[in-house]
Amino acid sequence: MTLAAVAGPGLRAGEAHAALRGVTRVFPPADRRQAPVHALGPVDLDLARGEFFAVVGPSGCGKSTLLEILAGLAAPTEGEVVFEGAPVRGSPPDGVGVVFQEDASFPWLTVWDNVAFGLRRAGTDAAETARRVDHALGFMGLAGFARAYPAQLSGGMRQRVCIARTLVLEPRLILLDEPFGALDQQTRLLMGDELLRLWRDTGATILLITHALDEAAMLSDRIGVMSARPGRFIDMVATGWPRERDSTIVADAAFGEVTARLWSSLRAESLKALGGER
Amino acid sequence: MSARAPAWQRYGDILALLAALVLLWWGLARLAGPEALTGPAETLARAGELLDSRRFHGHIAESLTALGYALLLAALGGLGLGTWLGVRRLAGQVAEPILVALYALPKITLYPVILLIFGLGLPAKVAFGAIHGIIPVTIFTLNAVRTIRPVYLKVARTLRLTPWQAFRTVWLPAALPEIVSGQRVGFALTLLGVLIGEMFASQRGVGFVIINAIGLNDVPTIMAAAFLLAAFAATVSAILLKIDRALHRRTLRA
Repeated sequence: MTLAAVAGPGLRAGEAHAALRGVTRVFPPADRRQAPVHALGPVDLDLARGEFFAVVGPSGCGKSTLLEILAGLAAPTEGEVVFEGAPVRGSPPDGVGVVFQEDASFPWLTVWDNVAFGLRRAGTDAAETARRVDHALGFMGLAGFARAYPAQLSGGMRQRVCIARTLVLEPRLILLDEPFGALDQQTRLLMGDELLRLWRDTGATILLITHALDEAAMLSDRIGVMSARPGRFIDMVATGWPRERDSTIVADAAFGEVTARLWSSLRAESLKALGGER
Repeated sequence: MSARAPAWQRYGDILALLAALVLLWWGLARLAGPEALTGPAETLARAGELLDSRRFHGHIAESLTALGYALLLAALGGLGLGTWLGVRRLAGQVAEPILVALYALPKITLYPVILLIFGLGLPAKVAFGAIHGIIPVTIFTLNAVRTIRPVYLKVARTLRLTPWQAFRTVWLPAALPEIVSGQRVGFALTLLGVLIGEMFASQRGVGFVIINAIGLNDVPTIMAAAFLLAAFAATVSAILLKIDRALHRRTLRA
């Protein structure tokens, strides 16, 4: 198979679901003696509707900044963000769900109430809320823990609570910031399967940030490789996986090709990032 | 979450501690003699007499009224002020050292000023109790709000909550365990402030009963009033501590 950079599946010309155009982010210096920190960009990105896109890059390259800008949590210094044809300016648009790297489950609510949180605030009626929450809990394998508090769960289960809380709102674009970063390898593979199932069932567009090359290669239609800071896309790798796929793809010969390509693009940048930290 | 100790062990420890304290009290009373320290039995007897007397009821009512108003001011005022200073980062940074300095200041030095402003009577006691309580409540609340994990606020934003929804359903519950800790400290200091207020320039209240007994060298009454106060303060503190622990237990990360 060829690993040429291609557009995502189902993309018709000029119809991006979400897009970044010339986006940069410069952080002002903490005090006058320091230079401003150029964290990101310029970055251009078109996400096709229903595409599974992953971002890999060395640590500190601005991956999370990219996600926050796309989510509307942070405003870009330059450039523009478009979601479903409308500009995003520093406040999260409707239809975008975010799962953060840290555990963001609310410790004062039960699992059930955590998952129902967004629906209740949105004023969804009780019967519909119950139906969607029960479905999401079942889907994420949390049905037996509805009445538990997050403190009683493992880290992986808490992260699933956060994914379920985002999922019940039926977002059309799901942004995940290293959601499995704290989990062990086996759990990550299984969570990856669940994520693929979720993606197929909902038809949502997914942007996944990860530092794990195998995770990106296994899950994605397309992978953007970012440079060391300031982060830019230095490679786009299309995997060409079928939509019906799961973690067994790691045994495929092509999987090795994809990860090898990702690593060859990333190796020099990771060294740079390491050197920069010294 | 750690398993809780069995009931006999938890209450057994408390009972053993109480017994040791009573024994220590009894021993000290024997050593010091009845003119300096009344023993446990005599103190309890005098406390019973006080609780039966109509006049003492009036003093209790006066103290509880002053404490109630002072607590209301300290708890709500500290909550509002602390929340505002926690949300306004710059204002909080400016106010915190001032608050800490005020916390360290012996507030008795301000009592003459308060008496001049409010005159003799209930308002001065309420004001004196409230200034004792409002500062720790404000400091605790300020820190509670300031240390809310930023990711909770990001979640609130991505779920597109209105500012009021975010405050009611994220900020407040996230900060609640620390806020309750602050209210617990605030209660103890407000009670202290009210009693000190009653001891000087007052003709009513449990604080006045104590200072009056000191003047008459009526040791059993001093001890009985102190005992009743300790019992009241310990009960309220224990209830608040129980709420405090229950809230903190939920936030413990496994």
